Amino acid sequence: MNRLRLLTKGIIKENPTFVLMLGMCPTLGTTTSAMNGLGMGVATLFVLTLSNMAISLIKNLIPDKIRIPSFIVVIAAFVTIVQLCMEAYTPGLYNTLGVFIPLIVVNCIILGRAEAFASKNNVLDSALDGLGIGLGFTLSLTVLGAVRELLGNGSIFGMKLPFVEGDGILLFVLAPGAFIALAYLMVIFNKITAKTKQ
Amino acid sequence: MEYLIIVISAIFVNNVVLSQFLGICPFLGVSNRVNTSLGMGAAVTFVMTISSIVTYLLQRFVLGSIEYMQTIVFILVIAALVQMVEIILKKVSPSLYQALGIFLPLITTNCAVLGIAILAVQKEYNLGQSVVFSAATAIGFSLALVLFAGLRERLELENIPRAMKGMPIALLTAGILAMAFMGFSGLVHQ
Repeated sequence: MNRLRLLTKGIIKENPTFVLMLGMCPTLGTTTSAMNGLGMGVATLFVLTLSNMAISLIKNLIPDKIRIPSFIVVIAAFVTIVQLCMEAYTPGLYNTLGVFIPLIVVNCIILGRAEAFASKNNVLDSALDGLGIGLGFTLSLTVLGAVRELLGNGSIFGMKLPFVEGDGILLFVLAPGAFIALAYLMVIFNKITAKTKQ
Repeated sequence: MEYLIIVISAIFVNNVVLSQFLGICPFLGVSNRVNTSLGMGAAVTFVMTISSIVTYLLQRFVLGSIEYMQTIVFILVIAALVQMVEIILKKVSPSLYQALGIFLPLITTNCAVLGIAILAVQKEYNLGQSVVFSAATAIGFSLALVLFAGLRERLELENIPRAMKGMPIALLTAGILAMAFMGFSGLVHQ
C-alpha cells in the first residue's frame, strides 16, 4: 500500500509540473506536440529512475561533503547513455528535442529527488519514487503537448481531427503559446485540486 | 557586421528565455523585485561569459576525440567555475561579492549556462564569436528578467482570481512578453 502510494503520488499530489513547479525549461521548450512532450517525458523518466537507483546503491560510499557533485556526475552519465541511445534509435525525435536532451542534467527534478529521496532510502523505494515522479512529469508534458498541438495544429499525436477545417492557431505552437497554455492548464489544475480539498 | 548580427539575434530575436526556453527557473524564481533581478542578470552575464571561454577551449583542445563526454565535462567545469568565481570575488572585490554573492550558487542549476555552451559548440563559433554570443545572450536574459520583474511588481497590487494567483498569472504575463518579443523576428535574416 505504502509502495503503491510512492508510485502514484507524482501524478497529482506531488506533480512536478503543476505542484512543485520544477523542470520548467523542458516543459515549455519541448511540448510543441504531444509526441515531443511524451518523448521528453520518457527520456527524463529513464534518467530519473536509473539515477535514483544508482544513487541509492552508492549512498553509503559518497562522503557527505561532495555528494552534490557526485550526484551530478551519476546523472550526467545516465543522460549521456540516453542521449546516445536516442541518437541511434530515434534520430527524428533526437533532432527535434535538440539541446534539451543534454540539459536533462540540470533538470532540478532529478537532482531534487536524488537529494531528498534516493540518498536516504533503499533501492526499491528509490526506483518506485523515480518512476512515480517521472510518470507525473511525462503525463503533464504529454497533456501540455496535446493541448498545444490541438489548438495550434488541429491534430493529436500527428493525426488530424475529422470535421475540422483549417490549420489552427499558430500562436500555440510558437513560444508565447507555451506560456499561455501552461498558465491556463495550471488554473484548471488549481481549480480542481481546490475543490477536492474542500 | 557579423558580430552585430550575433548580438541583435541573441538579445532580441532569439531571446534565450522568451523564445528558447532556457533559464526559466531563475526567470520565474528571482523576478519579484527589479533590484534582485538586476543582480541576478549581472551574475549570469559574468559567469556565462567566462564559461564560454573555458568551454570553447575544452571543446577545441580536450574533447576532440571523446565527444560523448561533453555533457559530463561541461557541467562539472561550470559547477567548479561558479565555485571558483565565488571564492575569487570574495577575496578580490568584496563589494561586488556582496552584490552578486547570493545569486552565484543558483547559477550552477541555471540551464541557460550549460545550454548556451552546448549551442555555441553546435553552431561552430570561433572563440570571439562564442564570447560575443554568450555575453549577448546573457544580456538578453537580463533584459527579459528586468522587464518581467517590472511587470510583476505591478501585478502584485492587482485584484486577480484566486486560482490565477502566483505562477499562472506570471506565466501568462511571460506569454504576452514573449509575444511582444516576436515582433523582432523579422529583424535578422537567418
